[in-house]
Amino acid sequence: MSDNMTKEIIEEEITPPAEPGFWKESWYQLTRNRAAMAGLIIISVFTLMAIFAPLAAPEDPLEQTIPARLTAPFTDGYILGTDDLGRDLLSRIIYGGRISLIIGVVSVSISLALGGVLGLVAGYFGGWVDRVIMRVIDIMLAFPYILLTIVIVAILGPSLMNAMVAIGISQMPRYARVLRASVMGEREQDYVLAERSLGTNNFELMFHTILPNALAPTMVQATLGVGEAILSSAGLSFLGLGAQPPTPEWGLMIASSKQFITSAWWVVTLPGIAILLAVLGFNLLGDGLRDILDPRLRD
Amino acid sequence: MLKFILKRLALLIPTLLGVITLVFFMIALAPGDPARVMLGERANAEQLAQLRSELGLDQPLSKQYMLYIGRVLRGDLGKSIVTQQKITKELSDRLPATIELALTATLFASILGIVLGVAAARKRNSWVDYSTMTGALVGVSMPVFWLALVLIMIFSVGLDLLPTGGRMNVRLYFRPITNFYLIDGIIMWFREGKSDYFVSALKHLILPTVALGTIPLAIIARTTRSSMLEVLKQDYVKTARAAGVPERKVVFRYALRNALLPVITVIGIQFGLLLSGAILTETIFAWPGIGKWIYHSIGARDFPAVQGGILFISFFFVTINLVVDLLYSVINPRIRLK
Repeated sequence: MSDNMTKEIIEEEITPPAEPGFWKESWYQLTRNRAAMAGLIIISVFTLMAIFAPLAAPEDPLEQTIPARLTAPFTDGYILGTDDLGRDLLSRIIYGGRISLIIGVVSVSISLALGGVLGLVAGYFGGWVDRVIMRVIDIMLAFPYILLTIVIVAILGPSLMNAMVAIGISQMPRYARVLRASVMGEREQDYVLAERSLGTNNFELMFHTILPNALAPTMVQATLGVGEAILSSAGLSFLGLGAQPPTPEWGLMIASSKQFITSAWWVVTLPGIAILLAVLGFNLLGDGLRDILDPRLRD
Repeated sequence: MLKFILKRLALLIPTLLGVITLVFFMIALAPGDPARVMLGERANAEQLAQLRSELGLDQPLSKQYMLYIGRVLRGDLGKSIVTQQKITKELSDRLPATIELALTATLFASILGIVLGVAAARKRNSWVDYSTMTGALVGVSMPVFWLALVLIMIFSVGLDLLPTGGRMNVRLYFRPITNFYLIDGIIMWFREGKSDYFVSALKHLILPTVALGTIPLAIIARTTRSSMLEVLKQDYVKTARAAGVPERKVVFRYALRNALLPVITVIGIQFGLLLSGAILTETIFAWPGIGKWIYHSIGARDFPAVQGGILFISFFFVTINLVVDLLYSVINPRIRLK
């Protein structure tokens, strides 16, 4: 019998826990979780608005109509009113969703790439590799998250791109920790040992055998991470360290209209509600996913 | 126990050294010439050379690093470029304001969070539970700076009840004693027999406390609820109930005590985060604390100040987390055995 055939037979007999049925079952459970579905609906609405922003937005988000400045909502055809430069607030919020979703996804991808590799390597090899990596992670965690983000942006210079990099780097330690823990849980499982006994190399074992089975808790973290990235970037933009005018970024919209809180409540209130809803969507979905995917909570 | 404490303290040293190293290289390896960045485009060669030698930037990097570590270990964080004051002085001047706000916010969040969490757990799946948990979820999803502005809009601008910022009514010509204004207010109350200072300090604290405390409040309420539900399932609670112990006593005397263990850790971590995370809140409420100072130092490109500020806050953060850990092991001996 050739080595290949042995391998095939063994693979058939030892089924890793994450067969396609696992995800199907999880999806079924997700559809039955009301909070998670609410989150998914909110995210879908924002995503659709973001993709079809040019169609959904009634006006150009950058077009200034000075005579119509600070128009109250539901007057003169402006559903959500206008800001201090007469720009349509609804259109700016819709386009802002585009920016916020991109920030969320890009920042989390950066943290996933950095933290994921570190966590995978640390959890897989253990020993001194693990100790060195976790030491570095611990040092990063000694910096409060918000402070670390602000300082990185301050060094790189204020811009939306740098804000995403900073958020990505600051959030990275969490992914490293979560993935390391689940990789360590999988490392000694029968299906991994079987693969290893067949001479599969470390790279294959890490990325093809273990990773897909260890990913569930990381996905929960990533979903919650998108929400947090949106919050952080809004905060950075509010401080002038993120998006720059006239970008219709939600945090920046609040910052640039804060002097009008005495006269025009909507310019500050409405972009904030947009942030709240978007983050709420990801938190609802993340909590729901945790209930479903996290084996520690599963009965 | 002593061995456990010593072990944790020993672990602190490499972490703190790592923090110093990271802070040093973050600034040293930042793109561009720091002296040029700090002085701006119009600085001449002479000024640049002088600042470089002042900051030790003309030395090789390895020597700069050794010098930096030596200075930090001696407790010298350098001078602010903007004010020419010692950074340790700048920090200690502002620390009371930051601590005062972090403490009131933690207190607000803990008391309300525990009460709501216990109420939600006792009446599981009731409207109390649903509204508390929905509120908590909204609380963690909310941008703090937006909440702060909305609070100002309602309570300062709309209802004219509370001040929009600062720590004390300037018309009171107040001279701080301890720099903790609530305490100073009480001292003045005794000394001069009028409560004006205390009331003004308290009024100035309310909105920043609520803004800063909302996220911890939400987290503490959620932790208390889930921990309480866990404890209420335990056998000893069932036994107590079966033995006819009144429900109130079961919940508050027996269950709550154990349910609070994880909550205490969460409160400690949140307090550590509040000390550092107050940048947005302090900036909006013109609160003269460390967060606002770091933010302004960033704006002024005052790198030594930024460096000193993050170093200080991180040390503080690490130490608080250690204290929380140790405290937890004191109240929950099972942890030490691991």
